[in-house]
Formats: sequence, structure tokens, C-alpha cells
Amino acid sequence: MLLKLTPWLIAALALGLGLLFPWLKTPLIIALSYGLSALGVSILIRAGQVSFGHAGFTCLGGYAVVAAARAWPQADGMVLLALGGAVGLLAGAITGLFMVRYRGIFFGMLNLALSMVLFALLGKFYNLTGGTDGLRMERPPFFGQVLERAGFETVLLALSSVLVVLTCWLLARFYASPTGHGLNAIKSNEVRLEYLGISAKRVFFTGYVMSAVLCGFSGGMFALIQGLVTPEMGYWVRSGEYVFIAVLGGTLHPVGAFLGAIVFEFLKLFAAAALTGVWQLVIGVVLLILIFVAPAGLVAGLARLAATKKPAP
Amino acid sequence: MTSLLQTRGLTLSFGGVVAADGIDFDLQAGERLAVIGANGAGKTTFINMVTGYIKPTAGTISFDGKDITALHPRQIVQLGIGRSFQLPQLFLEQTVRESVELAVAARLKRFSLFKPLEACVPAAEITQSLALVGLREREHDLCSSLPEGHRKLLDIVMALVLQPKLLIMDEPTSGVAADEKHRLMATIMHALDQRGVTSIFVEHDADIVAQYATRVAAWISGRIAADGAPETVMANEEVRSVVLGH
Repeated sequence: MLLKLTPWLIAALALGLGLLFPWLKTPLIIALSYGLSALGVSILIRAGQVSFGHAGFTCLGGYAVVAAARAWPQADGMVLLALGGAVGLLAGAITGLFMVRYRGIFFGMLNLALSMVLFALLGKFYNLTGGTDGLRMERPPFFGQVLERAGFETVLLALSSVLVVLTCWLLARFYASPTGHGLNAIKSNEVRLEYLGISAKRVFFTGYVMSAVLCGFSGGMFALIQGLVTPEMGYWVRSGEYVFIAVLGGTLHPVGAFLGAIVFEFLKLFAAAALTGVWQLVIGVVLLILIFVAPAGLVAGLARLAATKKPAP
Repeated sequence: MTSLLQTRGLTLSFGGVVAADGIDFDLQAGERLAVIGANGAGKTTFINMVTGYIKPTAGTISFDGKDITALHPRQIVQLGIGRSFQLPQLFLEQTVRESVELAVAARLKRFSLFKPLEACVPAAEITQSLALVGLREREHDLCSSLPEGHRKLLDIVMALVLQPKLLIMDEPTSGVAADEKHRLMATIMHALDQRGVTSIFVEHDADIVAQYATRVAAWISGRIAADGAPETVMANEEVRSVVLGH
């Protein structure tokens, strides 16, 4: 029950804090956007696979949104966000066709290689992509309304909160479904899966495309709040951050990705302010502590807490 | 009469080692075949070829009148050959019940994206299948926590709920305590009889073979050295010296 309530708590807390302290809106939206990408990565971790290149999908989603907003300035923010997800779906479906043939380090490195090809292309094709300076966009209308910055941020924060609840609900159902169990079974025994007559590649493809869609939405959200996309969005360090967040939050329940993202983003924010120049050290130490104290992530701690709160039978 | 399983000239070499040496073999529906042989005789290789895990270098395999030589394991399973493994192949992060549910969902081709697994399969069938092999008590345990005997049973029941026409078991009693072996085999054979499943099992224990097989095939150096009724094969001189060590 606690795990089921947590997405609602995160959404309510994000909205409440954002409305009380407006300066928090942007970091909160960015954190939740990172959470969406990390959730994509954690789907694959459930299959025992780690991608070091999923920032590529986030980057593609972001560039698609900005390019569309520049081409059609009247395009609604909702349409743009949906476009981010659709581009993630398309990119995931194309790359997934061959990516699902690989496992372990080969899978991780192939994803990394593709994202770095994208990173390089975005940096080089200046006329199309703005090179390393990236592309800017104007604030798009939302639901037909042209909004001021504050209102625009509030809408985006509300939308992010809705996405937290919606994706957690959908993904929790997916994890409990036959396909979700099949995906998890890839981690422990792909041979048995095949000998049940189940195509491990097909199951993995489904998970891979879902992860890319989430990254596409994440990129769209990031582009909308920043009004700017740069190749850095697809750099391997960003992919590493998504893996970090997924591990920090845990993969037991989808909400783990959002918990991890909020902790990561605010840890980074405060560490960068208090310990400028060595904030990465803080992140590294936190990861080390986590590995020893809570190897299954924050969400596993929540699950344990929920288990201890249950009355004895 | 058409054989349920038939191999012709089945050959496989690993470098200079001949693991299968032109095997001609027929299995009729309803038989309980025990495959015996020393380690390295080619028993598991034969099973791996029949179930598509490795491809023969020459020869053909047909099942129920269809050529399955080049088929993928998944396609062979879908045609009606189930298998269990010498080392049980389980989903260690799933519970016993979830594992069987996943197998039943695979058979029924109910691969929903957002509907819970337990809602996709008939609960009564899962419960009955677990009860059939005595795993009802442990249905909510993680597979990783099961003792070896229970792992073997789960490995077999996961293949059994696919409703195969032929079930191939690779050493179902290996790693099981001596006093548990007969109980385990009795449970397995009872389950197979209930469902009318033809079976092949690889076995080292001569007592088990004598008690549960209706036919025995003895493997020596990648070929079938003797094939027939258990008492005939067990009395074969070559089998006695090479396989049974008498």
C-alpha cells in the first residue's frame, strides 16, 4: 500500500512545494524528467541489462520537440510532449530490432556507441542542430493558452506530477503482467524462457521500446522547461546519471526511479552550491554508501518499511 | 505405425570427438524410455539436438511427422516437446506459483502487457499442477530458496503444464538424496501417467531404470549400443561392462 501511495505523495509534494516556493519548480520538473528516463533504464535493469546510452533517446525526444516548436510555433505543448514520446517509440523500435540480440557488456556498450554517434552528429551538423550551442525554442501554448513563465512552469509541474502517477501505475501493472514477468525472467534464465515457448527477444524488445518511449517523454519535458536542447543531453555522462538514479532509487517498483531522481537532483543542487567543484565527490560517496547500506535502492527500503508496518496475522 | 520421434543418421562432432555417430532412433507414443550411458557417452548431446539447443552436423530429426532438425527450441516446444534439465532451469527471482503461471500463460499465448499474470491463467489449473507434484505448500516461496528435489519437480512441472506430447528429462534424480529418488520418480511418473505424456529420461541409477522404464537405450561413444526391454538391455554384455561397470 505504501508503495502504491508513494507516486501520489511525490506528485502532491512536488506540486505543493512548487506552489509554495516557485524557485523549486524548475529543479522539480527537471528531477521528474530525469525520473522518467531513469524509469526507462530501470525497465532494462529488471531484465538484467544496463544501458549506458539511453540519454540518446532523451536527447532525440528533446530535439524533436524543439525542432517541431520552431517549425510550428503555434503547436500545443501537449502535442509537442506527445511528439517526444513518439520519437522515442520510433527510435526504440528501430534500434531495438538489433539491440535485443545482445546482452551484458555488449548491450551496454552498443547503446553507448549509438548515443555517442548521435552526440557527435548533433555537434557537427551546425546548420540543422545548432552544433554545440544547441537549439532554442519559444514557450509554446498549452491547451490553446499562451502562458507567462510562472503559469507555464506550473502547468509543466502539474503535468510532470500526473506523469509520475500515470507511469508508476502503468509500469507497476506491466511488471506484474506476463510480459513483465517474462522480462524479469530474462535476468535469471533466458534458456528456460525459450523452453517455455516464449521469445526472449520479443519480450526484451517490448521492454526496450517502452524504455525508449519514457526517455522520449523525458526529453520532451526537459526541452519544454529549459527551452533549449544541446548535444550534452545525449552525452554518455547523462546516460550514466540515469543508471545512477535507477540504482539509487531501486527497480522493485517504478516509483524508485522518481525517488532516486529527486534525491539525485537535489543532492547535486545543494552539493554544487555548498561544495562547488567537488559535487561529484558527494555523489560518488552517496553511491558507495548506498551499495553497502541499501543495495536494492531506496524503494526496497520503503518496501521493508511497509512490511514492518503490516499488522501481524 | 508412424513414430512420435524419429532420428535418422544423426551426427555431431566436436573437433575430433564424435558425440553422435549416425543415430537411427524411433520412439512410439506411450513409451517411457530410459537413456543410460557413461558420462560423455552423448546422452545429453542427443537431448540437446532433439530439443534444438544444438544443431546436428548431419542427419534429420522428425517429431509427429514434422521435420524439426532446423527448428529453434521455442518452435520445438510449441510443437509438443517439453524438457527439463540436469541442472534445473528456474526463474530465481520468481515464486514457484509465478513460474508455473508464466508457463501456462505461454501455453495459452496470453501475453498481456498490463493485465496481472495471475488473471491471465486459470488459478485452478495452477493449484492442481502444483498439488500434483507436491509443491502446493511452497507456492509462494522464491525458486532460489527451494531444495534440489523441489527444484527438479518445479523444472518438470513447468514443462508439463505446457501439455507436451513428449517430455524429455535430463537426469531427473541427479543431486537428489538416495532415499528421495524413488519418491521423486514416483511423483513424476504419476503426473506423466495422469496426462498421458510419452517420456524420455536420462538416468544413471539402474534401480530407477528397472522400475520406471518400459524401454532402455544404452549410449556408448555417441551411438546406441543396445535398445529394447529393460531386462534385455541390462543383460547385454557391452552395456554391463561399459555402462553398468559390472
